[in-house]
Amino acid sequence: MSSIQPPSETIWWKQPLDRVEGTWIGIALVWSLIMFFMMPLWHIYGKQNLSNEAYRTTPEAFMAKTQAMVDQYTIRTETNQNVPVVRPPPGSDVYLIARLWQWWPLLELEKGQTYRLHISSLDWQHGFSLQPVNINAQILPGYEMVLTVTPDTSGDQTIICNEYCGIGHHTMVGKIYITEGGS
Amino acid sequence: MKTQEFRICPESGLQFHKPAERLMRFHAVAAIVCLLIGGITALLVTLTRWPAVHLLPADKFYMLLTTHGINMLIFWIIFFEMAVLHFCSSTLLRCRIATPKLGWVGFGLMVTGAVINNLSVFSGKSSVMMTSYVPMPAEPTFYLGLILFAVGALIGCFMFLGTLVIAKEEKTYEGSIPLVTFGALTACIIAIFTISMGAVILIPTFLWSVGLISNIDAPMYRLIWWAFGHSSQQINVAAHVAVWYAIAAIVFGARPLSEKVSRTAFILYIAFLQLASAHHLLVDPGLSSSWKIFNTSYAMYLAVLASMIHGLTVPGSIEVAQRAKGLTKGLYEWLRKAPWGNPVFSGMFLSLIGFGFIGGISGVVMGTEQINIIIHNTIYVPGHFHATVVIGTTLAFMSLTYFLIPVLFRRQVFLPGLAKWQPYIFGISMMVFTLVMMGAGTLGVERRHWDMAFTDAAIGFDYPASAYALMGLVGISGVGAVLGGAIFVLIVVVSVFLGKRVESESNYGAEPTRLMKAPPIVLPEGGHVAAGKWGFAAPGTFALAMLFLAIFVAYYAVNWKYLASVWPLA
Repeated sequence: MSSIQPPSETIWWKQPLDRVEGTWIGIALVWSLIMFFMMPLWHIYGKQNLSNEAYRTTPEAFMAKTQAMVDQYTIRTETNQNVPVVRPPPGSDVYLIARLWQWWPLLELEKGQTYRLHISSLDWQHGFSLQPVNINAQILPGYEMVLTVTPDTSGDQTIICNEYCGIGHHTMVGKIYITEGGS
Repeated sequence: MKTQEFRICPESGLQFHKPAERLMRFHAVAAIVCLLIGGITALLVTLTRWPAVHLLPADKFYMLLTTHGINMLIFWIIFFEMAVLHFCSSTLLRCRIATPKLGWVGFGLMVTGAVINNLSVFSGKSSVMMTSYVPMPAEPTFYLGLILFAVGALIGCFMFLGTLVIAKEEKTYEGSIPLVTFGALTACIIAIFTISMGAVILIPTFLWSVGLISNIDAPMYRLIWWAFGHSSQQINVAAHVAVWYAIAAIVFGARPLSEKVSRTAFILYIAFLQLASAHHLLVDPGLSSSWKIFNTSYAMYLAVLASMIHGLTVPGSIEVAQRAKGLTKGLYEWLRKAPWGNPVFSGMFLSLIGFGFIGGISGVVMGTEQINIIIHNTIYVPGHFHATVVIGTTLAFMSLTYFLIPVLFRRQVFLPGLAKWQPYIFGISMMVFTLVMMGAGTLGVERRHWDMAFTDAAIGFDYPASAYALMGLVGISGVGAVLGGAIFVLIVVVSVFLGKRVESESNYGAEPTRLMKAPPIVLPEGGHVAAGKWGFAAPGTFALAMLFLAIFVAYYAVNWKYLASVWPLA
């Protein structure tokens, strides 16, 4: 019953290591270090990294920047709420608002081009979840997150909210239309 | 010392101090009540997420999901942990408990807090999920209930430390404290850190909810809340690992392969587990990658290393004990001939396997900075933590309860035939549940979401049919797990309140005896290694560890490959 009894040797830290333990600790430690170094290595060699570029902002300031983009690049409106669909030029700064319970505006991006996508919340916390490509990020009020994205798949993407944000959470759906490039 | 307050259990040889015993009983019963509330809400939640059933309306779903999370993750587990702390100090060290009256104050605060919080959620005005992320508001009573509960739990932690001091002072044990008590001490230290973090964030949030503070910064809330929210799950890890060691000792007479390794692994928990707040912030704005990488890896995975060590040493100690009894044929005679019909053992072993193979691997994979991009806030996340907290902690605590019913409550287990099957019904359903949830999460299905079909939304989205199929399996296996949980609650409640008394006598007034050191290790002929293979004392366990590593490496690689297929991000 010795795990629930005091060890036979009071000075337990001098007890010799069992061989099966020593071997496993060595293997497990090597694996731990490999997993640790994978993360910085992916920053160097991998293509999917968050830049962690972010700014403090206010709902008013972020709304103003988004409105300016919408005024300049809206190409049509959709749904009975007349949500604008915006087609910003490749390489530009694109703004996306998360609010109860809407992603605003809808976006149209060109495949293979790179955009600086700024996202912030005007009220509570939201979750940016792009489907089916499956990219997820946390969106916070008062903070503007910048994702440099390069859509490289064909087919439209849907933005879902995956941070619980109240009773209308499951109706908060947006869209990123992807157009084929080279035209 | 009043000697009439002690009794010795004739079957287990454990010595109980009456005031400690009463505290343990009440904490355990309160824990079971919370488990019952959590279980009923679990059924309703799971039947809503089963797309073909979709039982509840949205408001009730979000309300009951909040109830389920808080009652299971906080109330059930921490009530039970208080009983475990008193057991590992007063009972194992054969010592009187420190300040028993204060223990009732703590228990009263915990019960009051749990009731206030539950009433607040059931009013329908605090459906904010367990995390209560600001600035989404809950009623002030929501936070107040949690604060009162936390203060009560903190009192229990300090009583544990006080009891250790008394045991040392009054020399109720020889040498160093037992490994299991050492593990409980680890849990207690982590608990004190955790509860302090809870106070640091919940007190200002309470003041904000009553209008005394104008603003709580969202990322600051997340950072500190998760230093409470994730670390409180680390109390569970330390506690259920201690329970694994205890059950290995109780059922097999197992002793640790080496005290040094097992205890050092616990110390690694104290040093590094608290960094895990970062696991929840990997795709948050405002934090640097170097901060995320260091913290999410618990400082180069040293805390993960500790769990991998316990994962080897617990079954390894069982294997060595079994081989010493002559079960040396092949790699697995020791495991084949283990008492699979004893729920104390079977539950503990399923807990170990599920925690390691499912909860452990998925946790490390999704806690990788970049891989989190494809997993954050999908239903993969609850898939992971149901494997760690439900299969790991809850199932380990269930197993211990089967041991405690005769020993602590002096009752025979009701329906022992059904009790044999309960760990399998619960454990295997839960394993399926967690795996299909993780599968659905990989397909992008969101957590904490009422309607994956988006029927009320102005813009629609269709998940692939496979996602619906997996969510259907979530519903079916969830119902199976609830059934397993219901059988457990039934058995415990009937045994404790209406069960037949244990026949042997265990009267108060016994002369307290001292806890003696374990006898020196007597090696079988030719040493442990001769009973093993390849020069290893526990070759079967080592082979299992290699299988674990192979699955781990393969699954880790698959996820990097999946990540590489998504849009380039910088």
